[in-house]
Amino acid sequence: MSVTRPAVSTDQTPVRRDVVDPIFRYVAFFAATLLLAVLGGLIVALLIGGWPALAKFGPSFFFSTTWDPVREVFGAAGPIVGTVVSSFLALAMALPIALGIAIFLTQFCPRAIAQPIAVMTELLAGIPSIVYGMWGLFVFAPWFAKHIQTPLSALGGIFAGVPNGANIFTASVILAVMILPYMAAVFRELFRSIPPQVREAAFGMGATPFEAVTRVLVPYVQKGLVGAVMLGFGRALGETMAVTFIIGNSHAFPTSLFSSSSTLASTIANEFGEASGMHASALIALGLVLFLITFAVLAVARWLLSTQRY
Amino acid sequence: MLKKLIAIALLAGLAACSQGNKPASTVSGAGATFPAPVYLKWAEGYKGESKVSVNYNSVGSGAGVKQLLAKTVDFGASDKPMKPEDLEKNGLYQFPTVMGGVVPVVNIAGIHPGQLKLTGALLGDIFLGKITKWNDPAIVALNPGVNLPGTAITVVHRSDGSGTSFLFTTYLAAENAEWSSKVGASDAVNWPLGLGGKGNDGVAAFVKQTEGSIGYVEYAYAKKNGTAFVLLQNKAGQFPAPGADSFAAAAASADWANAPGNYILLLDQPGEQAWPITGATFILVYKDQKTAAKGTAVLQYFDWAYQNGDASAAELDYVPMPAAVKTMVRAQWSQVTSEGKPVYTSTNK
Repeated sequence: MSVTRPAVSTDQTPVRRDVVDPIFRYVAFFAATLLLAVLGGLIVALLIGGWPALAKFGPSFFFSTTWDPVREVFGAAGPIVGTVVSSFLALAMALPIALGIAIFLTQFCPRAIAQPIAVMTELLAGIPSIVYGMWGLFVFAPWFAKHIQTPLSALGGIFAGVPNGANIFTASVILAVMILPYMAAVFRELFRSIPPQVREAAFGMGATPFEAVTRVLVPYVQKGLVGAVMLGFGRALGETMAVTFIIGNSHAFPTSLFSSSSTLASTIANEFGEASGMHASALIALGLVLFLITFAVLAVARWLLSTQRY
Repeated sequence: MLKKLIAIALLAGLAACSQGNKPASTVSGAGATFPAPVYLKWAEGYKGESKVSVNYNSVGSGAGVKQLLAKTVDFGASDKPMKPEDLEKNGLYQFPTVMGGVVPVVNIAGIHPGQLKLTGALLGDIFLGKITKWNDPAIVALNPGVNLPGTAITVVHRSDGSGTSFLFTTYLAAENAEWSSKVGASDAVNWPLGLGGKGNDGVAAFVKQTEGSIGYVEYAYAKKNGTAFVLLQNKAGQFPAPGADSFAAAAASADWANAPGNYILLLDQPGEQAWPITGATFILVYKDQKTAAKGTAVLQYFDWAYQNGDASAAELDYVPMPAAVKTMVRAQWSQVTSEGKPVYTSTNK
């Protein structure tokens, strides 16, 4: 019995409790507001830093594809489109696989191998971004160029591009691998949260496993799934290092699946070190744009997740 | 008794002052990433002898200059020399430390290292996208007897802002009028075409992977086995091989005496053996040092490096400055003062 007691042993000294509790409350309050203050400060700093560029170029900053540090003319349309397209493609690739992993692990997988698979999926999340970038540049891109892009590029159209594997598509593949563990983990938790009665009821009605999953279980956690997808999307938007290595870093508007492009984060990472004046301001404005896009996506995700009752 | 003691203490103090120019025990610098390995190596060696530790942060040339202007570091380092008027405005003085060269590299079937010859103007046309095939008549005319395939040319450039790009684009702007008017020269430019690799590694990897590609890297990366570097025509009409000798030839033939503020780009120098895309990297310090000891330590550190650092620089594929340039720079160090007195007194010739 006494083993469970120590957890509340501080209650034994009521005098100190009066002192400790308010302090504890303030410390917790401070911890909570500190982050908010940092967030607020970040927005203000981005606005101040990016203002010269935003004021000079106005709306054309968002619609122009000219990015010319020499003449100090900056338009972010290329990086904005590159960011959204690469993240969207990554999502399209990762979604079915993540869904498959989660469904298999929670519905069909024998207990003995469910844990190892889950752990390995989560290990993927622990690999540093730069390792993915290096692997993408030195291993995946050459392989992709030789075996997939070269045969396909003869078709032209959306497959046109220099066959060296440094393009928006390979960047999306790397991104997909990176967001996969997060999405799979959230999906798994969602399916686990479904009361067993729901599943049993579905089977009780004579549903096949396929019908049970697609007609009952997935609709049951629908909103949560959408929220998890948005979280993955948010992560893909801001991913920097791996993408920088493999996307080809061209500021031009991407014209095909295999054309080199750039993202907001990769442009900042590439150019901030040597930038000054209007160039630096334009890069900070890119940061603000990325912040706003990510914030909007995550806000929608949170809202969808919160409307889902587990 | 007490008075006597005070007098002795004062005298001792005066004596210590008059000895003067004692270096501070730590100095800090920040800037260019290109020379960072050699600055760190020198700092190690210098600390062993003088007990002065030099902390260098390789944050990039632009950031280094910013930190120097904010006075958070004792010296700044930049791959891009500061213009004389800007030096004047900010009360700064700059001097070169080591050199390097930028070398175009290609990946064309059947072309060996050093086999392909180009001129600056042709290089500009390639990077502008005006020449799109390797068997273009202009390239063939310059390379009689070389079997050039009709492969499409893929241009690879640096994606990150860098001193390497600055040297390369400045050279193209000088050699190719259209490049100068359409693109210009800077750490990062609006590349008319091609794809960007991050760092020298990134460019080298893309060139290696892409048949028919051309890129440019620092000499150390071009030197790696099997990399097909390109020979460039210099001002004297020669095609020297890139390397320590041809970089040194560029520095030796440069007109340092008539370069106010040491503002000099070693591009396209007149020497017979001069490699056309050579560049020095620079150190910036305030002419008027707030603390004499800091200024002394910085200059003594680079004095030591000029004296003892050539071997370790060469080991890391940097090219030391020619002796004549070092002597000239040492003589200029008397410009760096604190309260009107030079912080550096020459101990070497």
